[in-house]
Amino acid sequence: MRRMARVVTAGTLVFATASMLTGCASGGGPAASSSATTDADAAPTTITVFAAASLTEAFDTLAAQFEAEHPNADVVLSYGGSAALAQQVLEGAPVDVFASAAESPMRTVGEAGLAVDPVVFATNTLELAVPAGNPAGVVGLDDLADPDLRIALCDPSVPCGAASEKLLAQEGVTAAPDTLESDVKAVLTKVSLGEVDAALVYRTDVQSAGDEVEGIEVPGAASVVNRYPIASLAEAADAETAADFVAFVTGAAGRRVLAEAGFGAP
Amino acid sequence: MTDAADRTDAAGPRPALHADVVVSRGDLDITAAFDVAPRHPLAVIGPNGAGKSSVLSAIAGLVPLESGRVRIGARTVDGLPPERRRIGLVFQDYVLFPHLTARDNIAFATRMRGGRAAARAAADPWLERYGLTSLAGRYPAELSGGQAQRVALARALAAEPEVLLLDEPMSALDVEVRAEMRTELATHVREFGGATVLVTHSPADAAALADSVLVLEAGRVTQRGTLDELRAAPATPYVERMLAASAD
Amino acid sequence: MTESTTRAPAARAPSARSARSAVAGRLSWPVAVVAGIALAVLVLPLAALVLRAPWADLPELLARESVLQALVLSFATASIATACCLVLGVPLAALVARAATWPTLPRRVLRAAVTVPLVLPPVVGGIAMLLLLGRRGPIGRLLEESFGVTVPFTTGAVVLAQVFVSLPFLVFAVEGALRSADRRTELAAATLGASRWQVFRFVTLPLVAPGVAAGAVLCFTRALGEFGATITFAGSLPGVTRTLPIASYLAMQSDPDEAIALALLLLAVSVVVLLGLRDRWLPGVRA
Repeated sequence: MRRMARVVTAGTLVFATASMLTGCASGGGPAASSSATTDADAAPTTITVFAAASLTEAFDTLAAQFEAEHPNADVVLSYGGSAALAQQVLEGAPVDVFASAAESPMRTVGEAGLAVDPVVFATNTLELAVPAGNPAGVVGLDDLADPDLRIALCDPSVPCGAASEKLLAQEGVTAAPDTLESDVKAVLTKVSLGEVDAALVYRTDVQSAGDEVEGIEVPGAASVVNRYPIASLAEAADAETAADFVAFVTGAAGRRVLAEAGFGAP
Repeated sequence: MTDAADRTDAAGPRPALHADVVVSRGDLDITAAFDVAPRHPLAVIGPNGAGKSSVLSAIAGLVPLESGRVRIGARTVDGLPPERRRIGLVFQDYVLFPHLTARDNIAFATRMRGGRAAARAAADPWLERYGLTSLAGRYPAELSGGQAQRVALARALAAEPEVLLLDEPMSALDVEVRAEMRTELATHVREFGGATVLVTHSPADAAALADSVLVLEAGRVTQRGTLDELRAAPATPYVERMLAASAD
Repeated sequence: MTESTTRAPAARAPSARSARSAVAGRLSWPVAVVAGIALAVLVLPLAALVLRAPWADLPELLARESVLQALVLSFATASIATACCLVLGVPLAALVARAATWPTLPRRVLRAAVTVPLVLPPVVGGIAMLLLLGRRGPIGRLLEESFGVTVPFTTGAVVLAQVFVSLPFLVFAVEGALRSADRRTELAAATLGASRWQVFRFVTLPLVAPGVAAGAVLCFTRALGEFGATITFAGSLPGVTRTLPIASYLAMQSDPDEAIALALLLLAVSVVVLLGLRDRWLPGVRA
């Protein structure tokens, strides 16, 4: 009798500890696997969207609009560097939709068979960003080669950085950066804090930063275009709502919001 | 015996200790005045908390004097820091240097004055005289109570002080070992021959090690004299009780 | 006959047995099981790292410039940071040890101030340093205007971030050693003729040295692993500010094999250092 009690106690403890740990891991909130019912409009559902950092303001607006139109749907957004997000998808993160700032991260996900029919929904080009008031008197791309200026760029391993590299090469400028950040919002923050004199970010980022950042157009930037693909994921818990969201983004409402944010048409 | 006498003569006549001190110990002001001649050790005896150890600390220069004077021979030392007084002190629990071997502990004072090799060589005769040669490489943590006491004493005397102070020398030892160590200690103190003050609460220690006794109660000297004189005419109830308890 | 005699004691024994086990030091079932799970939580991820590492490609990966740059930078900055911690930390430890005699409130405030970097998320520390020493910060602005010196985005900023997070380790290790040292050994040395400097050199320093060494080692490993404060305050530029942890974070996005190689490197360094520490794991705890 006593031994049996011990085994049961031990087993309960193992189970309790294990579920506590995995419970911590998957985070709070309703589980993504709660839906897949025939009555999709009635049952509450949550979809998780991974989106490139540069899509932050646009997708915040789009998600709110989507939720207004689909009262039972809750859109959870997670922003970051596209390459990092792609890696997380590959490692099995529970994601329903992925929107990337360049085609190569999406290709990585597609090669693993995880992306369902990616479609390009927006384009973006680069712009020079300086702190409000342009304290260092930056005039153009050539200033990025000035070692006396504090320059921030995206690291070449992320879409923004790959585009920056291409643009600089195209214009024949050898930049002297002081830091190579892992996502474009980190670069933008350094500009808005006034810690750097100039940086290369997306036009949309300059716009989203409002008064804190001034933009300087770069001739030739129009030929370096980042194409943004979006796809619902093969292992999405709620494939229907995921597809609905993708359609929303690529549809009229999406195009309007993205255009307002400064994105180009696909 | 003749050996010890020869050694003393070779070193010259030893100075006497003159102490006239007022020491503050937080809760108590301790006043004591006495002279100690060489070859005539003095035992300061008293109940716990009487202030005996404070008197020793003050003479050694480890605590400041409220007022008073400490002289060794013609030298006034009460204004000097401990390292210049040439007063040896054996702590109640020896306070050996834990990171040094027995030999290096004994050699410490010489080391402060010169090189390491010379200091180690100077320690060897002391190790031999105290029967510590086989323990020379041991660390304090590896020594028994009796062994540690010998090292502590040798360490203090190897510094060639003019005055020797001993704080409760027997209290850290097991009771069984005490009688034997007491005799040994008495021999070494006689060999030293300089002015010696020992603090104790045991009349047996006083009888074996000292010529005369100073009784300190609650910071005041209540009686002074030889043990026989005290027995003949105890000045306070404590003296009476203390002597009665030790009566064999 | 024998059967019944053996059965009876067994039925009676359990409560006595478990009481005895607790006293004798053997773990009871539930405790052992949970302890096993806890150990698995700590060990299994590292085991996975070692098992899934691209061992065949390791030589090529470790020879890459990006990896070598990060390695050299990390070691150099961590070493300098440790040296700074020693210079700054020992006096501070002396102060904290002395504060044992202070009244309660000042003593607690001092201890809290020294403990803060231990409990603060490193990124918060980085943000705070940026706000102080960045271009628009009070000291940063002063430095730039008066001396033309800027701190963020320099290797110096990396060292500063590392010092900020690892100084408490050294301070508490040394303080522990100072407090457990018997002050009377210094007095004994004085009676034997040692001057103040001799006391410090021959008695205080040797007795405190093991604690200082343990603190320095912990300080070094913490500095080596520092990420959040560094990336926020110093930025990320290969060879200048891109330390091993930052390089592995970045590599994870584009080249996971390189990230794993960097992670293995950091793990190897940590294990070697901790093995070198042997018994002296915790600050203030002497072997």
